[in-house]
Amino acid sequence: MSNLLFDAPGPKARMRHRILTVLGLALAAVIAWLVLAKMKDAGQLDGALWKPFVTDGELWREYLLAGLINTLKAAALSVVFAAIFGIVFGMGRLSSNLVIRFVSGVVVEFFRSVPVLLMMIFLFFGYFGPQEFPSASTSSLAAVVLALTLYNGSVIAELVRSGVFSLPKGQREAGLSVGLSESSTLRTVLLPQALTAMLPALISQFVVILKDTALGVQITYPDLLNTASQIGSRYSNTVPAYVVIGLIFVLLNYLLTLVASRVEKKIRSKGMTAGAVLTTAPNLVQGDANPGEPTVHGMERVGGRISDLTQRTRFEDD
Amino acid sequence: MGDLFENYDIIGAFWVTIQLSVLGAVGALVIGTIVAVMRVSPVGVLRILGAGYVNIFRNTPLTLLMFFSVAGMAFILGLTLSENLSTNAYRWAVIALSVYHAGFVAEALRSGVNTIPAGQAEAARAIGLTFGQSMREVLLPQAFRGAIAPLGSTLIALIKNTTVAAVILGTTKPEAAGMLQVVTENEGASLATFGLFAIGFVVLTLPIGVLFTRLSQKMAVKR
Repeated sequence: MSNLLFDAPGPKARMRHRILTVLGLALAAVIAWLVLAKMKDAGQLDGALWKPFVTDGELWREYLLAGLINTLKAAALSVVFAAIFGIVFGMGRLSSNLVIRFVSGVVVEFFRSVPVLLMMIFLFFGYFGPQEFPSASTSSLAAVVLALTLYNGSVIAELVRSGVFSLPKGQREAGLSVGLSESSTLRTVLLPQALTAMLPALISQFVVILKDTALGVQITYPDLLNTASQIGSRYSNTVPAYVVIGLIFVLLNYLLTLVASRVEKKIRSKGMTAGAVLTTAPNLVQGDANPGEPTVHGMERVGGRISDLTQRTRFEDD
Repeated sequence: MGDLFENYDIIGAFWVTIQLSVLGAVGALVIGTIVAVMRVSPVGVLRILGAGYVNIFRNTPLTLLMFFSVAGMAFILGLTLSENLSTNAYRWAVIALSVYHAGFVAEALRSGVNTIPAGQAEAARAIGLTFGQSMREVLLPQAFRGAIAPLGSTLIALIKNTTVAAVILGTTKPEAAGMLQVVTENEGASLATFGLFAIGFVVLTLPIGVLFTRLSQKMAVKR
């Protein structure tokens, strides 16, 4: 059980670890007992409340799956539009034209710092809802997708930019020296590598989008979370409904995170990009001292190339 | 625009946003530090508990936590934090913000630990420092410095996420997003109004971004 911070334990330390293990288990047991006792007091552990989730196909068909499909629909549309938005404005920020660069920068920075819910509320209650755009039944979907696109598109634009910045200088120089123009170097040499490098981060961003579709509740979008109150009033089991929906979200997002780390390993091991593999969206706060250096979590530059520290420390995947 | 400020307590709404941010940040820092310590501890069970916390709360929508806190915890399980409905929702909003962002704080702190090269710990042991000394003098200072930037982005995300409290706060004492909804529903859509609220958030988050960037550069460990 040695890791970076701790030496290999001797007999005394092993004893201490055993005591802490028992304490940890006791803590977990106490918390679980408190939760269950509280739920039992409120009558929430009655089998009748949970049974519909197992026996009632209608509950899944009419509510959970219908809601999940709406959630996935909004998330999928948002991720596609956000990727387009992100590539366009990311390239805009890398443009050699000062005006394009400035405008793209302002757009990206603005939409990154405005809360998604603020945009959703404004778009829905201000325009899409009252004008029934594009139609009465899809106005909330349109507001959800547009708000998520603007925010996540800006995040992806930053990903594109830091992906290109993380490529070695030689890539651009090689492109220019074989006679490609500045923009075709960007399009044919730099961007494909940057897009490969940001694939894991893009999948992680899908987790963010999936979670944020739940904000649609405020503007009456019938997503998965919205079905909780419907299930609650139909079967009078609000608490179990929230628990089950929470579990669906956690499971889905956890799987996506696993896919992201798989993809990351694959890209890394096959050497599909000359630059660093980006695993998370770049911060609003830039962490590195050198301007133009991307913030790459859990990585640092060692002797001119980026090495992954998380592979060496052993407490990464437990 | 002058009427807007007279008819609606916009300043008050942003004050609620600031209160939620500060209280949520303090709560998230406290819980997040405990979880981070568990996550890097040498004890397997504690590590699993810490990882479980992070994986559950980072993958759950904050909106769900907000709804569950009021509809589930308060109304059905009877864990009300105040007789007053709006105060109850307000306090639960702070708890939901703290619990949700604690997972991100824990990961930020852990990524700070991850920036330390193993050679630092080995060198500290090699020159004969005890466990406490090497923690105090060598490892923790570097870990905190490495965690500044991700902590800054977590704080900015938290300020923006206070808007999610709109789903439970109602219109009696709304924060900024709830207020925008009230104004837009009553006065109709106006880009100027949206711009006003958006700039409010830029004003809240921009100085923090600049401050943390400066701080992380100033405190960066030269390697």
